[in-house]
Amino acid sequence: MRRRIPLRAPGVALRLDLRTVGVAAALVVVAMLAAGVAVVGVGVRLPPADIAEILTGGGRRADRFLLLDLRLPRISVGLLAGAAFGLSGAVFQSLSRNPLGSPDIIGFTTGSASGAVLAILVFGAGPGVAAGSAIAGGVLTAIVVYGLAALGGGGIRRIVLVGIGIAAMLVAVNSYLISRARLEEATAATVWLVGTLNGRTWEYARLLGLALLVLAVPLLLLGRRLRMLEMGDDVARALGVPVRWSRMALVGLAVAVCAVATAATGPVAFVALSAPQIARRLTGAAGLQLLPSALTGAVLLVLSDLLAQWLLAPAQLPVGVVTGAVGGAYLAWLLSLQWRKGTT
Amino acid sequence: MTRLAGTDLTLAYDRRVVATGLGVRIPDGSFTVIIGPNACGKSTLLRALSGLLAPRAGAVVLDGAAISSYRAKEVARRLGLLPQTAVAPEGISVADLVARGRYPHQKLLRQWTPEDEQQVAAALDATGVTDLADRAVDELSGGQRQRVWMAMALAQQTDILLLDEPTTYLDIAHQMDVLDLCADLNDAGRTLVAVLHDLNQAARYATHLIAMKDGAIVAEGEPGAVVTAELVRSVYGLACEVIPDPQTGTPLVVPAGRTARRATPAGG
Repeated sequence: MRRRIPLRAPGVALRLDLRTVGVAAALVVVAMLAAGVAVVGVGVRLPPADIAEILTGGGRRADRFLLLDLRLPRISVGLLAGAAFGLSGAVFQSLSRNPLGSPDIIGFTTGSASGAVLAILVFGAGPGVAAGSAIAGGVLTAIVVYGLAALGGGGIRRIVLVGIGIAAMLVAVNSYLISRARLEEATAATVWLVGTLNGRTWEYARLLGLALLVLAVPLLLLGRRLRMLEMGDDVARALGVPVRWSRMALVGLAVAVCAVATAATGPVAFVALSAPQIARRLTGAAGLQLLPSALTGAVLLVLSDLLAQWLLAPAQLPVGVVTGAVGGAYLAWLLSLQWRKGTT
Repeated sequence: MTRLAGTDLTLAYDRRVVATGLGVRIPDGSFTVIIGPNACGKSTLLRALSGLLAPRAGAVVLDGAAISSYRAKEVARRLGLLPQTAVAPEGISVADLVARGRYPHQKLLRQWTPEDEQQVAAALDATGVTDLADRAVDELSGGQRQRVWMAMALAQQTDILLLDEPTTYLDIAHQMDVLDLCADLNDAGRTLVAVLHDLNQAARYATHLIAMKDGAIVAEGEPGAVVTAELVRSVYGLACEVIPDPQTGTPLVVPAGRTARRATPAGG
């Protein structure tokens, strides 16, 4: 039996699930530890004494640049984007009632990459415009996938199948564009094929943080409706959830969250896919939970980035290579599991 | 005086019109059962009465106002519905599922008041699943699971409860079990509306019977008056004999058999 603590005050009557609260707290601690390790660095080490000096305004110029302009923004983008991927993954997987209904499987992140690659290679765009095009590409892909799935009339479950098809096509488009590009352009565009945290500046962190503040907060507040929708549209409606409106708001916000995160890091594979499922096993709760999924995503991305930097130090491996390798194995396991259950 | 009624309803899914000009009144305090052959529109009518399906024409009136004029949560505080399509989230416990029935009474910062706690306990008790409270819903038998879903609908604390084929997929003992529970809830003052397949069960438990055919109501009233051999033939196209149920005296439909299959007397 799960232990719960009632939390009551005038105007407030909540019930806290002890294990969920504990897991969330532990995830925050792990994220902070990982961020701490990333501050110290796995290649070039910054001794804690130097870090303290830099943070109070002193230190050597090169060290200041390394910490303040390279490491801290990189860690911030990693935490924020990881949380965003985990959050949007949880929303889509819950709505499609399928772990494979994740934005990195059903083409949304690939679509963002297509937007950026197209902007760079066809219109010669710089990083800013490329990021904007990534958002547009992700949103457009979501509209196409949902539109095609709705056209067939097979309900929300068809989205997974339609999305996997669209994702495959987009990968082909991206490869084609890059194969035709000139070398220097191709280098800029290739970054968009595998997500990376290399060279993320404060500008990325600021914009991403602002976007998430606007998008993620309402999404978290809609979490209760998402839980009601798990029981089927009819039950949710009978319990007083305006189903159509709620689903539209959830999908719209989650698509936007995923698109801005992809615009900041590129399509980091499998974080959105695995974070919600890992969070679910950690909390042992029924259904997917948004906040633990977001925290797990943040931890996963920052840890993967540490691993990426450590594996081939001092060369900087894009974090997407690590999540792709680890996540690919997870995906294979998930598919074989679903195959056996016959639910795909 | 009825709290729930539909007037001049045209009911349709996309392009397929199921019923036109349908009028129905659910007597307060009744256990109303809707019967009829497959695809006659009985579940569609129930969905319309619950506000789940917006009628193409006409209106469902709940407590004096069109059901479509209420906010979804307000409807859910007045009227409960247990659809056939209910899905239990993987791994959820009985108590947690039942607690979800409190949703229409909750707010963001008020999700577990003493009232919520008390109503969930009462719902578990009324459906006899208190002992299962900590069990996972996935592990339960079909009959137990149906009781748990009914407990969830009860926790919603509405005077009117609609049930779409609550006995489907249950064996006969569990069917009777669920119907007895419905009768108890009705005796305790709730208005119940259920779609049932079994005519004899409907006749036995209903206080008000509505018979439908091809999207129209062909007869309604007290089961003893509604269930006749004539009605069964015209609605289901089945020749039968209607005799008093030896247990309850309510109408019992005995389908006519083919002579060739008639049992021979023992020893004959």
